[in-house]
Amino acid sequence: MAIDVATVKKVASLSRLREADERLESLAGELNGILGWIEQLNEVDVSDAQPMTSAVEVAAPLRDDVVSDGNKVADVVSNAPKTVDGFFVVPKVVE
Amino acid sequence: MSDLTKLTLKAAVDGLKSKQFSSGELTEAFIGAIEAGNPKINAYVLTTFDKARAQAADSDKRIASGEARALEGAPLGIKDLYATKGVRTTACSKILGNFIPPYESTVTQNLWDQGAVMLGKLNMDEFAMGSSNETSHWGAVVNPWKASGSDTELTPGGSSGGSAAAVAADMCLAATASDTGGSIRQPAAFTGTVGIKPTYGRASRFGMVAFASSLDQAGPITKTVEDSAILLQSMCSHDPKDSTSLNIELPDFASFVGKSVKGLRIGIPDEYRLDGIPAEIDALWEQGIKWLQDAGAEIVKISLPHTKYALPTYYIVAPAEASSNLARYDGMRFGHRAEDVTGLTDTYELSRSEGFGKEVKRRIMIGTYVLSAGFYDAYYVKALKVRRRIAEDFTNAFNACDVILTPATPSSAFALGDTAKAADPVQMYLNDVFTVTTNLAGLPGMSVPAGLDSKGLPLGLQVIGKALDEGTVLSIASVLEQAAGFTQKPSKWW
Repeated sequence: MAIDVATVKKVASLSRLREADERLESLAGELNGILGWIEQLNEVDVSDAQPMTSAVEVAAPLRDDVVSDGNKVADVVSNAPKTVDGFFVVPKVVE
Repeated sequence: MSDLTKLTLKAAVDGLKSKQFSSGELTEAFIGAIEAGNPKINAYVLTTFDKARAQAADSDKRIASGEARALEGAPLGIKDLYATKGVRTTACSKILGNFIPPYESTVTQNLWDQGAVMLGKLNMDEFAMGSSNETSHWGAVVNPWKASGSDTELTPGGSSGGSAAAVAADMCLAATASDTGGSIRQPAAFTGTVGIKPTYGRASRFGMVAFASSLDQAGPITKTVEDSAILLQSMCSHDPKDSTSLNIELPDFASFVGKSVKGLRIGIPDEYRLDGIPAEIDALWEQGIKWLQDAGAEIVKISLPHTKYALPTYYIVAPAEASSNLARYDGMRFGHRAEDVTGLTDTYELSRSEGFGKEVKRRIMIGTYVLSAGFYDAYYVKALKVRRRIAEDFTNAFNACDVILTPATPSSAFALGDTAKAADPVQMYLNDVFTVTTNLAGLPGMSVPAGLDSKGLPLGLQVIGKALDEGTVLSIASVLEQAAGFTQKPSKWW
């Protein structure tokens, strides 16, 4: 299933990336190369295999339901591109 | 005093404790080495000499009052992937170009708690995505090693290229690194240094810039196997801030170094004999087998039938996780935001497109694609199932053997700007063919320098252990280290 320029555009948009039009063709080639190489996984019989989602099987630990951190407004916004009074300033979301 | 930079971590810590020299002197020696060498090698993307001098002064006081801790006064380099409080941390990406963490990663906190001194932040591939350090926003690192009779600049490997080069060029005693598919072991092999990726969960990932969370693991790059054991000991800990960090007791890693390997069964996987691999690498592998036999180990043939599927599996799992992890870089709360854009989507797209490099964007797109509707089962779930098969291969193999010996890399260091690898991403990915399996299975893997190839460049052997059995890995690695007697250093051109 070859990836065409339209698919690259769609995937870029899903990825919240914008690629220049002249880059789309070569990206399609690169992605096809990688995915074509990945196709060899179809040779493997995985009919009775459970998906492996973590490297070491451990139950997710629980912690006490208590406040353990907070009151760090200055820290939280210290790296923000734009702030006012401890708030993030973001582009207009609703017209 | 410049000789101090050539010490091992062990010798330096011992020398400090016995007051043969001070941490101040040792730190100044490294500062001098970095000032002289870094303009050419580019291992450090940020130096923190004021901080280093302050930490060294504090360590000297502690040593004087007999309160020295495990790494007291030892100057280290820190991969730029570790968040360091108040010290710029970028993962060598433009998108984090001015990020100053208000918190400290657990691994580095552990090092400071043991008295280590920070010389600076080390270069790496952007977000640890690369095998040559060429994807770094701060430019490639140059390998201190050069082929005999050649002036061509070689890659130190990646992604921990800065860590490996700094250790090889005596610009720190030892360095932190991280390994998602081979990023500790491949650079170690390319630079004649030692590196270990411990079992997944040994070290906390808190404060490590995330690439692929189910594969990422911290580890050291050092001059010797013993140094790796020492640094690994301090890096690892249980941490409630990382739910995958293991709440189990740490063994005394250094106690395994130099231990007899008599009677241990060494697995040799047939599937690691690849077509097109240089004969020298096969020969080195045979030599490694011989060394272990001479030390009384038993050699067993094993089979890891799904080995060839490990890289394709990795290139679904890792980009999928990366596309999710890197979604946080949206230009809103931290990191680069595109200027003169008004709309929200435009801001997202342009901030990310300006901030991420080519390889990172490629992987985000692969990850997004394999997770997208219609392809999720065919690619992502399929890869998770093959990952299970790869892990089962190891479980089965370890019924017949105690550790596995393989080559570390399919070649020695290659030239920076290799056009074939730049043109075809898959060619670059093949660098990790021997290392990536242990990340998928979560197992410890270690690279030890074992010899030079005909070009005079270092080659490494890899030791793979059972989960949580770093001890045996270290014992085997120290036998290989002794037998190889690898003491060569790159001739100084920097």
